[in-house]
Amino acid sequence: MAMLEFDNVAVYYGKVQALRGISLTVEEGEIVALLGNNGAGKTTTLSTASGLVKSHSGRVSFNGTDITKAMPWNVVGAGLIHVPEGRRIFSTMTVLENLLLGGYLVKDRALVAKRIATVYELLPLLAERSTQQGGTLSGGEQQMLAIGRALIAGPKMLMLDEPSMGLAPLIVARVMQVISEIRDQGTTVLLVEQNARAALKVTDRAYVIDGGTTTIEGRAVDLLGDSRIIDAYLGA
Amino acid sequence: MIQLIWDGLFVGSFYALIALGYSMVYGIIKLLNFAHGDIYMLGAFIGFAVLTSVGGIPASLSIGALLVVMLVSMLLTGTAGVLIERLAYRPLRGAPRLAVLITAVGVSFSLEYGISALAGPNPRAFPIRLEGNVFVLLGARISLPQIILMLIAAMLMVLLNFYVEKTSTGRAMRAISLDRNASLLMGINVNQVISRTFFIGSALAGAAGVMAGAYYGKIDFLMGFIIGLKAFTAAVIGGIGNIKGAMLGGLVLGFVEAFGAEWFGGQWRDVFAFAVLILFLTLRPTGILGQRVTERV
Repeated sequence: MAMLEFDNVAVYYGKVQALRGISLTVEEGEIVALLGNNGAGKTTTLSTASGLVKSHSGRVSFNGTDITKAMPWNVVGAGLIHVPEGRRIFSTMTVLENLLLGGYLVKDRALVAKRIATVYELLPLLAERSTQQGGTLSGGEQQMLAIGRALIAGPKMLMLDEPSMGLAPLIVARVMQVISEIRDQGTTVLLVEQNARAALKVTDRAYVIDGGTTTIEGRAVDLLGDSRIIDAYLGA
Repeated sequence: MIQLIWDGLFVGSFYALIALGYSMVYGIIKLLNFAHGDIYMLGAFIGFAVLTSVGGIPASLSIGALLVVMLVSMLLTGTAGVLIERLAYRPLRGAPRLAVLITAVGVSFSLEYGISALAGPNPRAFPIRLEGNVFVLLGARISLPQIILMLIAAMLMVLLNFYVEKTSTGRAMRAISLDRNASLLMGINVNQVISRTFFIGSALAGAAGVMAGAYYGKIDFLMGFIIGLKAFTAAVIGGIGNIKGAMLGGLVLGFVEAFGAEWFGGQWRDVFAFAVLILFLTLRPTGILGQRVTERV
């Protein structure tokens, strides 16, 4: 059974159709990339899974449960955590408060404290800045905070939207490294990226979305050599 | 001079209590809840109804009775606030903000004329009148009821501040006011937190209503109108959406009025208050504490 499954999902924004039948699966323990150009429907796909956007038709399921009509807090409660595009850090709140918000649904405070300690170990720069306001961090630091914050919820699966956006190449490499470490510790990952090359280096499989529908699917190693991918997304 | 400061502090703490609800609601759903002043009026009338239904209260018990009545009134006005949000504002979530604003004005009228229909349009004498010795401190005439009411107001604000700063729900409120969608992705049940915000804000206004009834001794169905506008002014002065700003704004407005009335005459009191509102809206719409940190992307 797939961990996350989209079955022919369509989404409209008013009269504009954003998704025209997305079908994809992510198996437990996998790290899968979702590639595509601006406006292809990558972010909408993630937002549909997390319940921010309601689908018009089709079905989304997580761990065998239908979450097509679930409220966002129920999706988070089920362990599917969405790290949105642009980090969306609570800018006037401290790093620690941002992390605590990540554990909003975790009633056991000791567990939240333990997870924060684990995140501080994985991302030591957050520990140094725990009392600093989130908005004062650099872009890369904010991205780390957004990922760390999601980890406090104890995710079974993470959906990361453009974690490399606006970051220097060195920082992108570091973010990708953190993402693979998270997968190695047992969290399934769905990674949305415009930076196809960086994404394909760390993922097992990938889907390409074009015009609101999944067009290409394959193993990352194969796609790196696929001429359709090279021409459209990697730049020859 | 000391007298003016004291008067400003006293009136200001009323404004602050009501401004808090204004500011909290604005912070969380970006709605200027023009019905908020009428919740204050509703609180006074609930206090009135409770007191008249129990019959006479001996003067010696009046402070204890006032506290009990205040709690009952807070519970009921809090519930009224939750119902108003649920029935009038939530169905309009995502609608243009003007539509919600006009709805708020409609709710305001409904409350005013609903109470007028139920309790009559004439002013009512509040059954408890806080009497107390007046004594002179540093040249200012201060009465015991004033001190008691200020202590109650201060205590409520300290409690609220603790709730918003330190509890998980308070943190969720601040998160929603910063970024609602990101809050949803944290697993925050936004509807629930908005309901709680309305409950708390309305309960504070209800408490202020009972206090005003007991202090001034007279209530009427339009008593919330001007004070609602004043509380809005206080919220703007402090920085709307900001809890500490609402408290500060209330006190500042209290001082402005006290000094303005002294220097220019009592009839200029309201003019002075609203002139300050206009000044802030044009020169510093974010209020005293409404600065934003520089955000990097």
